[in-house]
Amino acid sequence: MDAILFLLFAAIAVVCGLNLVLQSHPISSALSLVGVMGSLAVLYLLLGGEFIAAAQLIVYAGAIMVLFIFVIMLLNAGIERKIHLSLWVKYAGVPLLAVFIGIAGFVIQRMLPVTEGVKFGAMTHGNPLEIGRSLFQVYLLPFEVTSVLILIAIIGAVVLASKEIE
Amino acid sequence: MPELPLPPSVPLAWYLILSAILFTLGIAGFLFRRNVITVFMSIELMLNAVNLSFVTFSYKFKQVDGHIFSFFVMVVAAAEAAVGLAIILTIFKNRQTLEIDEVSSLKN
Repeated sequence: MDAILFLLFAAIAVVCGLNLVLQSHPISSALSLVGVMGSLAVLYLLLGGEFIAAAQLIVYAGAIMVLFIFVIMLLNAGIERKIHLSLWVKYAGVPLLAVFIGIAGFVIQRMLPVTEGVKFGAMTHGNPLEIGRSLFQVYLLPFEVTSVLILIAIIGAVVLASKEIE
Repeated sequence: MPELPLPPSVPLAWYLILSAILFTLGIAGFLFRRNVITVFMSIELMLNAVNLSFVTFSYKFKQVDGHIFSFFVMVVAAAEAAVGLAIILTIFKNRQTLEIDEVSSLKN
């Protein structure tokens, strides 16, 4: 059952990711990205990350993607024009990516024994209680620094969106 | 070689390979697309792929730190999306284009 669920949602994630790269309209790409994020949330659940799965759906698939789609609609972005790519990207891009993924797969296979499996329910540390305890005790300083980061981002976004740059 | 009858539990390596595939797709979108919004979405895809491997390693070591890290990545991605989309809005207001090749003031 675990394997079926994993394969189903992994296939959805890969197909949506391919769709993101291949579609020529930004809205189609954005909706594909929502599909990737939703199936990744299910995979987080399979790995025992309940809090992260919920945060993925609410923050990523909810808030961030709504922001993206809002901007695409606001700017009325259409189908992108075909522009000639640089020679490097045109001829070496796909082979280099294939080499990259081959090396990554090789390293992963060598690093992890195949016998080790993921069982749903074996990881019980992903609930909000454990996350909160770790977040507010071990990682308290990074958490507070993050709030400053978000404040800076808010101010930056307001300043950027409001002024005209000559 | 995985046997054709499905294994009772998913090998941990499959999650990492899925993460590598998604990361590569993100790089491909970053390289081959010319719309600034799509390039930005490809970066988000790469961040998601990295999050998946954080959570996978968190499962492997039975510790919660990977979840915390991917939580921080989400926060940084939210901040980045806000600032990045504001920059895109400003570019569009000033130049009426979304093609990244036409926005090259910083080049050379």
